[in-house]
Amino acid sequence: MARRGRVKLPETETGTILFNLDPIIIKDHYEIDYIHSYAQDSPFFEGLSKGELKGSKCTNCNYTYATPRGHCMNCGKPTQWFTLPNQGAIHTFTTCYFSGEVFLGETPYTLILAEFPGVDTLFMSRLIGADPAEVRIGMNVQAKFLRNSKFRVTDVYFVTAQDG
Amino acid sequence: MRPVYMVSGGIAKFKKAYPDRDFRLLVKEAFDYAMSDVPELTLEIIDGSVASYFSDHFTRQLMAGAMAQDYLGLNPKPSRRVEGGGATGGLCFQSAWESVASGRMEGQRVHRPGLGHQLRLLPRWLLLRLLRHDGAVPHARVRNHRGAIGQNIHQKPPQRHSQPIRPEPHGPDSGRRAFLSNGSYAAHPAGHLTMSDGAAVCILASEEMAARLTSNPVRITGVDADTDAMRMADRPHAKVPILPHESESDYTHLKYPGVHSFRAGRMAAALAYKMAEVQNPLEDLDFVELHDAYTSSELQTYEDMGLYKYGEGGRFIESGASELGGVLPVNPLGGLLACGHPVGATGLMQAVFAFWQLQCTIRKHMSDPFLQIPNARRGLIHSHAGTGTDITVSIMERP
Ligand SMILES: [Zn+2]
Repeated sequence: MARRGRVKLPETETGTILFNLDPIIIKDHYEIDYIHSYAQDSPFFEGLSKGELKGSKCTNCNYTYATPRGHCMNCGKPTQWFTLPNQGAIHTFTTCYFSGEVFLGETPYTLILAEFPGVDTLFMSRLIGADPAEVRIGMNVQAKFLRNSKFRVTDVYFVTAQDG
Repeated sequence: MRPVYMVSGGIAKFKKAYPDRDFRLLVKEAFDYAMSDVPELTLEIIDGSVASYFSDHFTRQLMAGAMAQDYLGLNPKPSRRVEGGGATGGLCFQSAWESVASGRMEGQRVHRPGLGHQLRLLPRWLLLRLLRHDGAVPHARVRNHRGAIGQNIHQKPPQRHSQPIRPEPHGPDSGRRAFLSNGSYAAHPAGHLTMSDGAAVCILASEEMAARLTSNPVRITGVDADTDAMRMADRPHAKVPILPHESESDYTHLKYPGVHSFRAGRMAAALAYKMAEVQNPLEDLDFVELHDAYTSSELQTYEDMGLYKYGEGGRFIESGASELGGVLPVNPLGGLLACGHPVGATGLMQAVFAFWQLQCTIRKHMSDPFLQIPNARRGLIHSHAGTGTDITVSIMERP
């Protein structure tokens, strides 16, 4: 048994970054890696890696979604996957001159909500290569995909279609 | 359901950051202010609390509500935390209303922890993402549907952003109001709202308890909260839900809500109006505290609330109706764009401001009567989450 007085925590060479003393303000690093499952939405991301946009269609009421959605928001019944056309049109758009940290280096960039014929809902994505001043509602756009898939929704983006 | 009254309120000043105070102390300051405003209030007669605390990222505390409850000396009384994005404060207010209306609690305090160290952590990313991306998308569509709105938006009174409540700017873009009235955008760019830190407390009570505590209570006569699809892209393009003073023929060609309007806000307004017996909001309300976390949402909300028809909200602004002294003043104390938006506190701040307006005690609390709306009898507070995913409308009245 260790004798009282000899028990102590070992000291370390690491320290704390201190900004201020009154009040004490320190740098407190905050970063987390998640083990994240796409679960029932997985086929959507698999589709992106194959150059396909996957939408969801209700097996009961036939409502069609341009997004991954396991169950219908109208009737609650399961949906099934279908492949969206790679061409659509701009339903609405905005150009971002400021953004979250992840996209800050890419500003200004244009976001669109794309609409597809016969599909009841929209799909949000980025429009690349278009002068913001030239973008118009109704303009035809074409989906493109990163060759090296990151399995992120940003694997897909849009460009203006040749005939647009 | 029993009638529910607000008997007191307090606010810890909203500002960019509080390095010298954490969220518990901010809540304590707001709480002490509310308690001291009604001398008969004691810790003993408070039955419990509802905490309005938005994101665990902000203070990196999973139970900030419990920490505030502890700090205020309210243990072991019941407490729960309510969360619903930007509408957290409005939801908290209504949750506390439910506790008193149901008889579960007698006098009830609603508090909300401030956002602590939010400016040093994630929220800058989270919130600006919300405001910039999702919030900005509908505007081009608004323009497309509604012709003249683009001309109207930029005429919003700029002085609302420099009301005396919060003189110091919140960021480099504070008060920036650059809108194009020609071209393809209806609103561009969206104002850059820097978040702030702060706390607010509302104390609610039954009719009997309110009468015991104060001669100047305010009754909560209408509450509702409604929702919409998390993704704007998933929202329907269907028929407009009609308010009592509107008719179906007003909107024969408008696909609703699409990405131009907030169905949750319209539904919440419809039910709150019904409950409070509001027939025509423009005539029956004396002021509105509106969740203007991004500028264009104010215009959209005017229409959702039925102040003007869809497509005509710009006229409401042009007419000067929303000005202090107008037919229906909106955000007389500056709203979110002036005060900042410490998410959970914001909806409760609106309730406290509305409470003071209806009590006619603005002079007392602001040391200046300028912002007092003369003879205000009925006001509406509106809290909005995640580009319209969850919206609350509460109506408060001087009895
Ligand atoms: Zn269905």
